[in-house]
Amino acid sequence: MKPGRFTYHDPTTIDELTGLLASLEDVKFLAGGQSLMPMLNMRFTQPDHLVDLNGIDGLAGIALNGAALEIGAMTRQATLMKSGEIAEHLPVMQAALHWVGHFQTRYRGTIGGSLCHLDPSAELPLIALLCDAELTVVGPEGERSVAMGDWPLAYMMPNLSEQEILKLISITPWGGHHGFAFEEISRRRGDFAIVGVGCQLAVENGSITKAAIAIGGADQVPYRLSEAEAALIGQPASEETFAAAGEVARQKDAMSDAYITAAYRQRLANVLTKRTLAAAAQRATGE
Amino acid sequence: MSEQLKDTRDITVTVNGKSYQEAVETRLHLADFLRLQLKLTGTHLGCEHGVCGACTILVDGEAVRSCLMLAVQANGREVTTIEGLADGEELSPIQEAFSEHHALQCGFCTSGMIMSLTAFIEENPGADEAAIREAISGNICRCTGYQSIVAAGVAVAAKQAGGS
Amino acid sequence: MGMRYFGTSVQRQEDKKFLMGQGRYVDDIEFVGMLHGAFLRADIAHAKINGIDTSAAREIPGVHAVYTLDDLGDPYPNKPMTTAYASPLLKQTICQHLLAKDEVCFVGQTVALVVAESRHIAEDALSRIVVDYEPLPAVADCRNALDADAPATHLGLDSNLVGNFYGKFGDIDAAFAEASHTFKVDFHEHRGGGHATECRNIIANYDAGKDETTVYLTTQAPFLIRRLMARYFEEDESKIRVICPDVGGGFGPKNGPYAEEFVLAIVSKQLQRPVKWIEDRRENFVATNQQGDQMWHMEIACEDDGKILGARGRVIHDMGAYVPYGLLLPATSVFPLPGPYALPALDVTLDAVFTNKTCTSPVRGAGRPNAAYAMERLIETVARGLKLDPADVRRRNFVRKDQFPYTTGGTLPSGDPAVYDSGDFHSLLDMALENAGYEDFKERQAAARQEGRYLGMGISSCIEDTGFGPYEGVKVKVQPSGKVLLQTGAASQGQGHQTVFSQIVAEELGVDIDSIVYQSADTGTVPHGVATAGSRVTANAGPASQAAARLVRKKALKLAAEVLEIDEDDLEIEDGIVRATAQSGRNVNISLGDLSFKLTPLMNGKVPDGFEPELEATSFTSSTGVPHASGSSVAEVEVDVETGEVKLVNYVIAHDCGKMINPMLVDGQIIGGVVHGIGNALFERMVYDENAQPMSMNYGEYLLPIATEMPPFEVLHQETPSPHNELGVKGAGEGGTIPAANAIIAAIENALEPFGVVVNDHPVDPQRICELLDEAQARSGAA
Ligand code: FES
Ligand code: FES
Repeated sequence: MKPGRFTYHDPTTIDELTGLLASLEDVKFLAGGQSLMPMLNMRFTQPDHLVDLNGIDGLAGIALNGAALEIGAMTRQATLMKSGEIAEHLPVMQAALHWVGHFQTRYRGTIGGSLCHLDPSAELPLIALLCDAELTVVGPEGERSVAMGDWPLAYMMPNLSEQEILKLISITPWGGHHGFAFEEISRRRGDFAIVGVGCQLAVENGSITKAAIAIGGADQVPYRLSEAEAALIGQPASEETFAAAGEVARQKDAMSDAYITAAYRQRLANVLTKRTLAAAAQRATGE
Repeated sequence: MSEQLKDTRDITVTVNGKSYQEAVETRLHLADFLRLQLKLTGTHLGCEHGVCGACTILVDGEAVRSCLMLAVQANGREVTTIEGLADGEELSPIQEAFSEHHALQCGFCTSGMIMSLTAFIEENPGADEAAIREAISGNICRCTGYQSIVAAGVAVAAKQAGGS
Repeated sequence: MGMRYFGTSVQRQEDKKFLMGQGRYVDDIEFVGMLHGAFLRADIAHAKINGIDTSAAREIPGVHAVYTLDDLGDPYPNKPMTTAYASPLLKQTICQHLLAKDEVCFVGQTVALVVAESRHIAEDALSRIVVDYEPLPAVADCRNALDADAPATHLGLDSNLVGNFYGKFGDIDAAFAEASHTFKVDFHEHRGGGHATECRNIIANYDAGKDETTVYLTTQAPFLIRRLMARYFEEDESKIRVICPDVGGGFGPKNGPYAEEFVLAIVSKQLQRPVKWIEDRRENFVATNQQGDQMWHMEIACEDDGKILGARGRVIHDMGAYVPYGLLLPATSVFPLPGPYALPALDVTLDAVFTNKTCTSPVRGAGRPNAAYAMERLIETVARGLKLDPADVRRRNFVRKDQFPYTTGGTLPSGDPAVYDSGDFHSLLDMALENAGYEDFKERQAAARQEGRYLGMGISSCIEDTGFGPYEGVKVKVQPSGKVLLQTGAASQGQGHQTVFSQIVAEELGVDIDSIVYQSADTGTVPHGVATAGSRVTANAGPASQAAARLVRKKALKLAAEVLEIDEDDLEIEDGIVRATAQSGRNVNISLGDLSFKLTPLMNGKVPDGFEPELEATSFTSSTGVPHASGSSVAEVEVDVETGEVKLVNYVIAHDCGKMINPMLVDGQIIGGVVHGIGNALFERMVYDENAQPMSMNYGEYLLPIATEMPPFEVLHQETPSPHNELGVKGAGEGGTIPAANAIIAAIENALEPFGVVVNDHPVDPQRICELLDEAQARSGAA
C-alpha cells in the first residue's frame, strides 16, 4: 500500500499555481491530505502530478470583512475550531467541527479540502450550505464566485474545473438573535455521519421568523430542506411544527449502499431534523 | 537506473531535536521516511489509510497521522516521535503511566496512543475521562479494551492540571 | 513463606522497550541486501486462470524477480499445501497451492509475487501483471452452499460439504418426548477477523553457507510452522529456524500456516537474498484468515420451571475457500455447547461448507463464543417463552459446586471426555448481578421508560476450556553472573508472558525478578513449544516454569549444602543468595551465580562429584487435565428507539480463572477480550456482495470498537484453584470474549421488551434495530 509515482509540485503563490495548472495534465491537489493520502496509498488514485497547496501564500486564515467571515480554503479544521471569530459569529460551524474526524486529523484537514472532496456526509459542506456560503475559485482564467447551492454538481463532484482550486469561503452570518444546532448519527465517534443535520432558527414571540435546514449524508449531495424552511415561517416553535418538518425530511429521496438503506437514512433525516430544530429553538428563545 | 525515474527532493527536518538533511522520494509518506530512512522504527503502520492512529507523531507540536503526510511536507518542520519523549532513560509522565496502568499489551498501538495523549494533554491539562476517551477515539487498540489507556491518560491529565 | 511475586500485580518487564519505541517487530528488522516482496492477489472470488503475463512487470527497473506458481519450479506446481490439522471427519481437504494454479477461489488468494528493491517498486510492478481470468459462479453465503443448485466452489466439486462435526450425548428423543415445553430458535452469528494492529509480516533469510533458512515471522506458533515447513519441503527441522520477534497482537489468525511464508522461504533460497514481505491492511482484510458465519437452527426441551432436558439442532458453518486449519474451528463451536449447564442430552450436527471467501481459522475464543452464544440464546428463549427471570433459568440449570468434577457427556477434540474440574457458577452469577445492580434494575428501567428512555440488562454465563495440551517447554538456567535465563517455546503477542513466568520462577527460585533474562519463541534456541492459542499458555508454561525452577532450586540447595557443609534443610534462597536460615545458627551463604560457576568450570576446574554440569533444568510439566475457567457477565444498555443506537452503559464481569499470577494482567486480558466480544455483537461485519466480493476492506467500513463507544468495565474475581496444576491456574485469554455477545444482545432485547423485539442475529446495528422495531410494530398493528 504505497503510492504510485507522481511528479510533485509545491507552488508558493497563486500565480505560480495558475501558471502550473495551465501546463499540467492529470493533476491532483493535495490540501490537508486526510482523504487524498489514503487514496494515494491505496493506489485508488494515481495522478501523474501532485500539486501541494500547503505552501501557497495567502490561502489560509480567517478574517472579518464587513459582515462577512472570510475563510481561506487552506484553513485547518483545528484552527477553525479554536477561532474566536468562528465561535462568536458562526457557532453552528464550531458545533459541527466537533464531529469532523478526530483531533489528529483536524490538525491537517482543511475546510477547502472538505468542500472539494464533497463527501455527501461531510460536516463542512453541510454547514457551508446551511450558511449560504459564497465560494471563490481561481484558475488560469482568473477568479469566479460560486454560491454554495450551486457547488455540488453530483456525487462528490464540485463545481470546479480540473484547472481550478477553491480559494476562499465567505459566509455572512445571520444577524440578530437566533438559535442553531448541529447533530449527526454515525456508528462511532469520528466516523463519517450516516446522516447529519444542521439548522438555524430565528424565533420572535414564539413564532418562527427565519429558518434554514441542511441535511448531509442522506442523498448523493447535501441539500437544503427548502420546502420545510418555507413552511416553518410563521409557525409556532413547537414539537408539532418540528415533527412536520421532520416528515418533510423523511419524504425526500435518499441513497442506499452496501451498508445503509435509503429507509434508514430517511428515518434519521426525520429524527435529526426534529431534534436539531427543537435544540435550535431552545437556543433561540432560551437564556 | 531506477534512480532516474524517481522524483526526489532535498529536505531539512528536525526530528527529536536532531537536524537531518535528506533526499527523499516525493511519494514517500512521512511514516516511511522515519522508519526506512531515519531508522526510527518506533512509529508503526497499522493501516496506512489514516484510521488506526498507530503512526501518530507530532509535527510542530501537533499530533498528526504520519501515513497521511508526505515526507517532503516535513521540510523545515520539527518532528517528535515516540523515540523523542523520554529524557535519556527517564520516561515521560505518560510513558510511566502506561506501565503503571497496564495500558499496553502487544505495544503496537502504543506509540500512537502515547503521541496522541502527549499532544492532547499538553493542550488540555486536566482533561476529564470523556475528553481523554475522545482524544484516543482515533487510535485503535485491539488488545487492551482501552480502559487502562484511558486511566493512564486521566491520571496524567489530573497530575498535569494539579502541577501547573 | 509469604508470596513476593505470585499473585501480585507486578508491572510488566516487557513494557519499557515498547514505551520508548524500541520494540522490534518484523518490519523493524533489516538485513544487508534485503529485497521486498508484494503479492498479486485474486480480485475476483472464483475464476479460471487462462494465463498470466508477467513480462511487463519484469521490465520495471528495480524488479529482481516475478514468480507465478510455475516460476517457483518443481515440485511446487504439483504440490498443494496440506492442512495443519488432518481429521478423518474431513470429507474434502482442499488446500491451496502456494500461488494459484489454474483457478482462484477467493478474493485475496495469492496469484503471483514480485520481488524488488523496495515495496514501492514491487507494487509498481504488480499493476503490470496481466491475468486472464474467466469468471465462474461463486458461493457467498454459507446458508446456500449445500443447495442443490449451488455453484461449485471449486471446479469439479460435486458438493460443497467439507465435513460434519457432531455433538451428541444423552437420550435426546426421550428429552423431547418428556418435555413440557419445546422452543425453536434460529440465529445467524458472524465473527469477523482478528485484526491485530500489526498485520502478518515475514522475512525469509537463506544462509547458503549453512544451507539453513531463518524465517522471522509474526506467528503465534513458531514450532508448528517450522514443522509444517519442514514437512512440506521434506527438510530436516534443523534446516529451518522460525523466530518471532515482538508481535503486535495475535488473536488466532496469526497461528498460520499461510502460503506466504512458504513462498518467501523458497524465493529467498532461489535468489540467495533476504526477502521481506509486509502484509498491508488491505491485504489483511482478505488474505488473513477470519472466522466467518454460522447459521444455527436449534430446538430446546424443558420443564415448566425452565429446567432444560435437551437441545438439538443443526449448524451450517462457513469454512471459506480452503481448509488450512482442519476442523478445529467447527469442533470448538460444538463440544463446548453445554457451557456451565448440566445439560442431559444434546444432538447437534454441524455442516462445514466451502464458500468462495477468505479461509477461516480461530479468532479469539475460536468457536467457543459461538457455542456460548448458542447456549445462551437457548436460555434466553426458554426464559422468554416461560416468562421466567433469565437469571433464575441459569441458576436452575448450572452445574452445581458439589458436582465437580462434572462429566458433561460430550467429547473433546482429543477424544477425551469433557470434564469440568472446578468452579462455582452460582456464586459467580450472583457476584455479577449484585455489582450490576440487577435487583433494583427493574425499578430504574420502569422509571426510565416513563421518560421514553429504554434501558436493558442482559446476562451471559460461560465456561472456557483452557490450557489444552500437550505442553510448553521451559528451561531455567542460572548463569555464573547470577542472572537467570528463562526460556520458553511459547510466543507472546502481548500477553505478558515474560512477566508472568518471571514471577513464577522468581518466586520458586528465590531471586529478584529483575535478575531474570527472558527468551522465547525462537526454534533455534528455546525448548520445544506448541502455540499461543486457546488460552493455553499459562496453564502449560506456568506449571513448566514452576517445575523447572524447582528442579534448579533443588540442585542449588544440594550443591550449596555440600559447599557450605550444612544440612539442606537449614538453607533458604533469597534474592539469589543461598544462605543458612536464622534457626540453623550458622551464618554462611553462597550466591546462585557462584554455584552456577562451580557447575560450569573451565579447563582448570572440575564439576563436583555427583552433579551434572550447569545449574539448569528443562520441564514440560503441564496441566494434568483441562482447567475450566468460568464467568458471568452482565451488560447494561440504553437503546434510542428513534435511531436504533445502542449505548453501552455498564459492563460487569465476574470471572474465575483459578489462582491469578498477576491480577492486573488478568484484568487486561479480560477487558480486552470483552471488547472483542462487543465488536462481534455490535460493530464488526465483513460484508460480501452476492458474488463473494468483499466490500469491507478498510477501517472506515469494518468497524472496530473504539474508546468512546466502550462502557466502564468492572472485573470481579473468584479464585477456584484448578486441581490440574499445582499453581491452581486456568487460562484467561478468551473468557472475556466468549460470553460477551449474548450479554449485549440480551440487554438490547430486554430494553426493547415493550415492543416485543427479539434480535437473535449478531452483529446487530442501529439500522437493523430500527427494522426490528418496525417489524414488531407491524406485527402488533396486525394483531
Ligand atoms: S497507519 Fe496511519 S493511521 Fe493507521
Ligand atoms: S496494545 Fe496491542 S494494539 Fe494496543
